[in-house]
Amino acid sequence: MAARQYELVYILPPDTTEQQVTELHEQIAQIAARMNGQIEKNETWGRRRMAYEIGHHKEGVYVLDVINGSGELMKELDRRLKVMDQVIRHMVVRVDEEKRVVERTRTKRQTESERRRVKRGLPPQRQPGEGRSQMEADDESDDRFDGMEA
Amino acid sequence: MAFGQGRSGGGGRGKKGDKKSGDKEKGQRRPMFRRRKVCKFCADKIDDINYKDVKLLGPFVPERGKILPRRISGTCAMHQRKLQVAIKRARQIALVPYVTD
Repeated sequence: MAARQYELVYILPPDTTEQQVTELHEQIAQIAARMNGQIEKNETWGRRRMAYEIGHHKEGVYVLDVINGSGELMKELDRRLKVMDQVIRHMVVRVDEEKRVVERTRTKRQTESERRRVKRGLPPQRQPGEGRSQMEADDESDDRFDGMEA
Repeated sequence: MAFGQGRSGGGGRGKKGDKKSGDKEKGQRRPMFRRRKVCKFCADKIDDINYKDVKLLGPFVPERGKILPRRISGTCAMHQRKLQVAIKRARQIALVPYVTD
């Protein structure tokens, strides 16, 4: 079975220092390592305004971790984060399946277009300055009507 | 389309009919000249509707915080479904509001 990939996003209070962020990341990395998971990517988005207040905080420090690991690991992380009071919100999302689907559609579109272009006797990649520009395309869509009566 | 019918009908009739159909056409034409709605994600070839992309989701979450219906935005069924999941996820981590008053 292919390895599962999860994304973990958590929000810390706006007054969290850089050190505290790395400390917490360390803790998560430890748990992940203990349960045979690995952290593929760690990203701190920094302080940003939240769409709504969470526990009287209007801003939060967002941290994203992309983790390869088992469901049990994520369950454990989820449980731990629920207990930690310095984490004001967290979310775990499984992403590997979606990623695969996106990849598939992208390559499919690519090969399709290349196939069609070759069939028309053109080089497989689009040349610069070829076809309609974005502006013209927009104008064209202006005189297309839905034909519905209001 | 009603537009084509109105014109051919007007041409076939006499002066009186012509005028009448002309009026009718004028009345009907206005609301008909709506721009055809196209699914943004199909048109721009966006494969991945990600919950982290607030800029992408923003236009589909109007003032009130509700998800914009398909009949307004013109999004196709498949992409509306993906969009809906993305918006709901973004709401959980406070990137998009649940409600705003």
